Amino acid sequence: MTTSVFFGCTFIAFGPAISLFLFTIARDPLRVIFLIAGAFFWLVSLLLSSLVWFIAVQISNKENASVQKGLLIFGVVLSVLLQETFRFGYYKLLKRANEGLMALSQEDAMPISIRQLAYVSGLGFGFMSGAFSVVNILADSLGPGTVGIHGDSQHYFVSSAFMTMAVILLHMFWGVVFFDACEKKRWWAVVIVVLSHLLVSCLSFLNPQYEGSLIPAYVVMCLMGMWAFSSAGGSLRNLKLCLTCRDKDFLLANHRPR
Amino acid sequence: MNTSGSEEEFCNERTSLMTTESPPVSSYHVETGISSLEDTQTKGRRPITNESNNREADHEGESVERDSTADSEDEEMSLKYGAKHVIMLFVPVTLCMIVVIATIKSVSFYTEKGGQLIYTPFTEDTTSVGQRLLNSVLNTLIMISVIVVMTIFLVVLYKYRCYKFIHGWLILSSLMLLFWFSFMYLGEVFKTYNVAMDYPTLALVIWNFGAVGMVCIHWKGPLQLQQAYLIMISALMALVFIKYLPEWSAWVILGAISVYDLIAVLCPKGPLRMLVETAQERNEPIFPALIYSSAMIWMVGMTEHSAVQQPSHQETNSDEEVGQSHHDNTEDNRNMVVPETEVHGAQSRTTSAVELEEERGIKLGLGDFIFYSVLVGKASATASGDWNTTLACFVAILIGLCLTLLLLAIFKKALPALPISITFGLVFYFSTDNLVRPFMDNLAAHQFYI
Repeated sequence: MTTSVFFGCTFIAFGPAISLFLFTIARDPLRVIFLIAGAFFWLVSLLLSSLVWFIAVQISNKENASVQKGLLIFGVVLSVLLQETFRFGYYKLLKRANEGLMALSQEDAMPISIRQLAYVSGLGFGFMSGAFSVVNILADSLGPGTVGIHGDSQHYFVSSAFMTMAVILLHMFWGVVFFDACEKKRWWAVVIVVLSHLLVSCLSFLNPQYEGSLIPAYVVMCLMGMWAFSSAGGSLRNLKLCLTCRDKDFLLANHRPR
Repeated sequence: MNTSGSEEEFCNERTSLMTTESPPVSSYHVETGISSLEDTQTKGRRPITNESNNREADHEGESVERDSTADSEDEEMSLKYGAKHVIMLFVPVTLCMIVVIATIKSVSFYTEKGGQLIYTPFTEDTTSVGQRLLNSVLNTLIMISVIVVMTIFLVVLYKYRCYKFIHGWLILSSLMLLFWFSFMYLGEVFKTYNVAMDYPTLALVIWNFGAVGMVCIHWKGPLQLQQAYLIMISALMALVFIKYLPEWSAWVILGAISVYDLIAVLCPKGPLRMLVETAQERNEPIFPALIYSSAMIWMVGMTEHSAVQQPSHQETNSDEEVGQSHHDNTEDNRNMVVPETEVHGAQSRTTSAVELEEERGIKLGLGDFIFYSVLVGKASATASGDWNTTLACFVAILIGLCLTLLLLAIFKKALPALPISITFGLVFYFSTDNLVRPFMDNLAAHQFYI
């Protein structure tokens, strides 16, 4: 419950995402704009799902705790579905905008490819989702208090931070896979993305048994990461070449004058 | 209780995004090159846009001769330039909001009730909700009418070329902001962090800060320093608003000002539109004071082919004219977003002609900065949802700004920059505070993740 907890949890939760942003997105203004637009879309989806949940709570019995918990679970599921719907909507909007821009400029190449858009929009969703989940918790971790004074888990802050990191990276992977699946019209892949999102969210119902929620979430994250890597064009060969600095395309690209 | 010496009236010139005609890409003849160089030298302090406007007129005719490849290249480049300019506005708006939020969260002075401005005389400590609502609406009416009167006064002054009066007014208001308000701010920060400070040191610091600020804003200075000062005074102004405007009045005023901005800029007889058109007729920049400019102007000389870089000294007086004296405080916040269409170059480098290569810049009125920061600051000060609400308002305002700039690129005329962002901001503030906050709080309590 000090600044060290605050900084530690902040860096755990946002470290990978911020470094991704700084190294790959911050230089290119178009990508930044699409990142913020992605965050906005996530926000709108959250708004709608909260609206539905709020109305449901108002018309229900507020005293009954199990009803409230049931409504919360319903809210979570609805929110996940709405998020994926808005991801699809964002994809459609980007496709239409890109087509419009191409028609306008009579260019063959789009200024930003759909794969980059997938990555950037996924990260935008992830940023906003992570921020909304964890920022209030981080703010509380600064100020005086005792963790778990009523018998709750002592690891509340750290587990929240790790879960947030997983969720942010997951959103990015889901974005890449989702857009790729929509491009190639593989609807089964889209369904798998939605189901995995539902799985991760429903696993969080097991909290505070963190073994049940964190570990499977990280397993799902690694699997989705590998799937996203391969759908973005990566392979073991590419990876080896890149890691041993023998990838000519990569090296040439980095030496190209800006 | 009304505080007397420290309130500023605001005469807000609403934000408008304005495009001057964008000249086509063309190469320049030697003569025009020389003459434009001379222009810059003789005009000295005059803003560069003058010459670019003249050159625009000269080279209007050449636009037809461009071939199609230049067209499509331009489209591609204009998209990238458009994105670049959006980011060039995102960064200062974000910085201003961060300064305001950081201050609100740490220095409690700006969230304590300390009286009200004389422009919002009705109190909100009433017994019934209806009475409070009525009072806030009345406060808004008074504030908006003050702003309208001041804007019309400013337009009249401008039309009758009373430049000295306007400049004096601007200088007085920026003096007040740079010295008095920053002194107050520094004092409160020291109180919060319990820092011991002696008056001579403080006087030295404030004197340096204020004097450099006046020079930078009203005369010449490095572009980034000027931008930093403009951001700082916008933040100071926004903090004063946040402190002295009562709650409900603040929200109603924000809404009303967006509507006023829309009317003033788009209606044919709107004061801001008349101001813009008068300035365009006279080929003058619209009040370099109180406009944040992000442009950089490069000029390649004929003798040396090295680029001589001149920072765009727009003689930007602070956008907010904070009237300081007790009787005549008028603050002009020009909310004008003006894309400076300097010539956007792609000249052939093989010729020895003087090449003028200027980057298109973009200008945003400081009043926009102020009202965006007021919205976000109020959200972080009063919302019980805390950081979620602040984040939501922040993203909403940025998206609104992005959309406004997109509309500007499509319509290419003066546009108000407040309505879309403030509408989004207000919608997201109220909905996040009332709908999303309980949902997220419940989720966080059970550690559910969505």
